[in-house]
Amino acid sequence: MTRWIMTVALLLSGSVLPLVTAVIPAAGAPLKIVTTTEDLASIAREVGGSSVEVQSLTRGTQDPHHLEARPSLILKASNADLFIEMGAELEIGWAPALLVAARNPAIQPGAPGFLDTSAGIEMLEVPTGRVDRSEGDVHPMGNPHYHLDPENGRRITDAIAEKLAALRPAQAAQFDANRKAFVQRLDHAIARWTAAMQPYRGARIVTYHKSWSYFTHRFGLQVAGYVEPKPGIPPTPTHLQQLIPLMKQERVTLILMEPYFSHDVPDLLARETGAAVLVLPPSVGGAEGVTDYIGLFDYLVGRLSAALARKATP
Amino acid sequence: MRRFALFVLWCLVMTTPAWAQSPSVVGPVRSVSQQGLMLDLSLDVLAAAAYFSDQPNLNFGGHDPNSRGFTLENVELALGATVDPYLRADANIVFTLDNGESSVEVEEAYFTTLALPYRLQLIGGQFVTRFGRINPQHPHMWDFADQPVIANRLFGPDGLRNPGVQLSWLAPLPVYLELIASAQNANGETAASFLYNEGEVVGGYTLIARDVHHASDLLYMGRIRTAANPVDTMEMVLGGSALFGPNASDTDARTEIYGADFYAKWRPLSAERGFPFVAFQTEGMWRHYQTPGTPLHDRGLYAQALWGFVPRWVAGARVEYANGGDGTDPLRDHRLRVSPNVTFYPSEFSKWRLQYDADLAQHMGGKTGHAVFLQVEFLIGSHGAHTF
Repeated sequence: MTRWIMTVALLLSGSVLPLVTAVIPAAGAPLKIVTTTEDLASIAREVGGSSVEVQSLTRGTQDPHHLEARPSLILKASNADLFIEMGAELEIGWAPALLVAARNPAIQPGAPGFLDTSAGIEMLEVPTGRVDRSEGDVHPMGNPHYHLDPENGRRITDAIAEKLAALRPAQAAQFDANRKAFVQRLDHAIARWTAAMQPYRGARIVTYHKSWSYFTHRFGLQVAGYVEPKPGIPPTPTHLQQLIPLMKQERVTLILMEPYFSHDVPDLLARETGAAVLVLPPSVGGAEGVTDYIGLFDYLVGRLSAALARKATP
Repeated sequence: MRRFALFVLWCLVMTTPAWAQSPSVVGPVRSVSQQGLMLDLSLDVLAAAAYFSDQPNLNFGGHDPNSRGFTLENVELALGATVDPYLRADANIVFTLDNGESSVEVEEAYFTTLALPYRLQLIGGQFVTRFGRINPQHPHMWDFADQPVIANRLFGPDGLRNPGVQLSWLAPLPVYLELIASAQNANGETAASFLYNEGEVVGGYTLIARDVHHASDLLYMGRIRTAANPVDTMEMVLGGSALFGPNASDTDARTEIYGADFYAKWRPLSAERGFPFVAFQTEGMWRHYQTPGTPLHDRGLYAQALWGFVPRWVAGARVEYANGGDGTDPLRDHRLRVSPNVTFYPSEFSKWRLQYDADLAQHMGGKTGHAVFLQVEFLIGSHGAHTF
């Protein structure tokens, strides 16, 4: 009889304890930021500088569609002052459950500590007309891999700077200075990348998933087809029977794929068509040495232009 | 002591700033167009074709394949959305079909607070008791076609769920530590180890009618849950739960149920569509059920391993043991069951599962029962993410 009372009382006393010993964060403590991807984390570090502590919930080698609201991630979100997501339903499979479980009112959607960086981005591939799952894993709000256009990196930077200034008005000037410095570096880099990719405008490639649309759109590469018949649907023999002649006809020289897909089918396509397979990380941290947002494009542009150059001079 | 506990609970609810700031008057309800409205609305259908070597068979679960031929196990309409900045609402309405007769179950309909301070969260309404791992899962989340034997024996054909409230707290520690306490009604067929229904028979005792007179006539649960991820590719969750409530075998009889559960999942960082992975889950439960005579003691355990060996394919095996010390009662005899299965997921929204059960039940006199299931699940609409 008394055993259950004791249990309930014990659990309740555990809940009451923090009311008494609630820890108020010191004024100078860094703002704790949790992001859903390494790309957002990198930009948040650039803008926040030493005033922020940034953690990404995914690694650059992970597919951000397929994550679970694991306790270790819940713990990180429960401690955060600011939660930044890509939005456009990229994290729909896990972030909503994570936010509810984190019991952190500061970072709920609509709260000051929540930021969806897709607001203000010109989305590509927004489906028009019929939207249903016979078309595979379609994103009704458009392709969510928008960080792969460096121009969008600038918009993400602006959104994060604005949010940080709202959360820490005293440091707004510092955040704005950091933003300006980073955008300036980014602008110089964009000019460099555009020049490096200029000779390959119009080159035809095939990509595995539709992760690369923003990148190919920015640098003028023509995507002749996809290894996946529909987004999220693994390749089938029928699809490959159509893709192989198409690749030959379109003179596709390169198959671009993400590190988390199996090599089997791209390798087969390469054998059949003579195209080369290039594995590139779509995110910061996805390959060794790729540690920040500008470094990601340095790596992508460097590898891609080298591969296209090799193919252009056989 | 008891009053003090309830008083503290009441204070917590009434004094939190989020509640105090919420408007006291609800304005006119505006109609909102479906487009752009964040509402999870889905219909999930779980059906099976089954073969059993013996009839009557040994599947007593309300959502198990339970007859030779076809079973519509579960049709679940799930709705979930944010109510306002303070609450989220979730409801699972289940439609079942029994010999041509359709019925509706309000499986769950509850709110979850989003804005309580101090890492507290309150749930209220009709909800599944967060005891262990398998009880809170809806049938379409199960990794096997049928309910574990011990869960069926202790929580009844539909699992343990009732109206009530639950308070949980995530400790502000560098490790994951969650404490959960709930109070729910103890009556009805969804509380089979407790007040259940008048006239039902448990362990040979015909249940009487018992009403709620004291706070001790409700059902209380306490749960502690902790987790660790020693490396990025591995997550482990360990939990312990306890249930205390009245049972209707006598005017003052009580039931206690204790459980321990463990779950571990490994998945490489370079996983393709979530594959490959290996997941291991085990759960043990023990029941002490007071009666006018000697108390009933039941215990049981299941352990299951799943291996997602290539994208979209999962192989699994489950072994189970249960014993209540009564060799003639199908719900309390010595029981061993082994269930290998294989599941194919064409997409995240459908699955096909083939499962075999080898069942050794003491009341069947040493004869092994065989069962084969082909199960299908398909889901339309948008369904909220599942908990890990």
